[in-house]
Amino acid sequence: MLESADVDELVESAKAGDHLAFEQLVRLTYTDTYTLAYRLVGDEEDARDVVQETYLRAHKGLKRFRGDAQFSTWLHRITANCANTYLGRRGRHSHDLLPDDPVIADLNPQRDPEQRVGLGDLRDQLSAALLELPPKLRAVVVLRDIYDLPHETIADQLGITESAAKVRLHRARKRLRERLYPLGEEEEARAV
Amino acid sequence: MRCESVSLQLAEIADGLNRLPLDAERHVESCLRCQAELVQYRRLLRALTGLRGQYLAPDDGLLEDILAALRPPATVHRLHRRSRKAAYLGGIAAAATAGAAGAIVIASRLAARQSLAS
Repeated sequence: MLESADVDELVESAKAGDHLAFEQLVRLTYTDTYTLAYRLVGDEEDARDVVQETYLRAHKGLKRFRGDAQFSTWLHRITANCANTYLGRRGRHSHDLLPDDPVIADLNPQRDPEQRVGLGDLRDQLSAALLELPPKLRAVVVLRDIYDLPHETIADQLGITESAAKVRLHRARKRLRERLYPLGEEEEARAV
Repeated sequence: MRCESVSLQLAEIADGLNRLPLDAERHVESCLRCQAELVQYRRLLRALTGLRGQYLAPDDGLLEDILAALRPPATVHRLHRRSRKAAYLGGIAAAATAGAAGAIVIASRLAARQSLAS
């Protein structure tokens, strides 16, 4: 696993103008950045664009990175910002996006034979459920509950107030819970 | 207090950072439905946290694309100069080949005419 000290050293070299050091940082982090970008935009091609834009911005703004947070957290913030910009642009140019409040499909394997095969454990179902959330709700729950960014940072990167970020988070969690635990499974949860 | 009015608050307190207001807390203590919901939220949050360790594999070209986009302008110019030079040389070679081929065609036609005339 990557040592924080190694990254700090590479960051310092990159800040001093060492291009190869920055390339090494890209090599070490691009899978993580791509994963976050994909979780935010929900499409492989769009995620690639977001990742490229993220590194261009990171490269340009590296001198402003003070090291208060980890380099990976700083990259996550840039990725979130790029994804938000990208989704905003896509929203303005696209007419076939999902509505903001779509009907949530019942993917309970007990009730949908097609889903009995394929959807394995809770994480698989959760990944699928995340992609079905409206992008605005998805962004907040991904950044807060998976990547552990503070509400303030999330609000800042998404251009919304902190209280709006919290409301979106609770709505997103509620949607996910309803999707993963339809009413029939409450009995099971009670037994835990 | 009704379960519906507690529901969204459960989503808020599931991560353990906040507490329910006292009246809601009393309701949950005595309500199996809300307790079950809280358990589901906690499971959900554990599963979400678990996703942090899962990485998606981008296809092979992504790293090269990123690095190419980041390449310093000097390198790009050098590469452009190199490719322009290669294009010029290629063009000259193609023109020479076409000229030679044309000359061969003309020469062979002339030779054919001469042999017919004789």
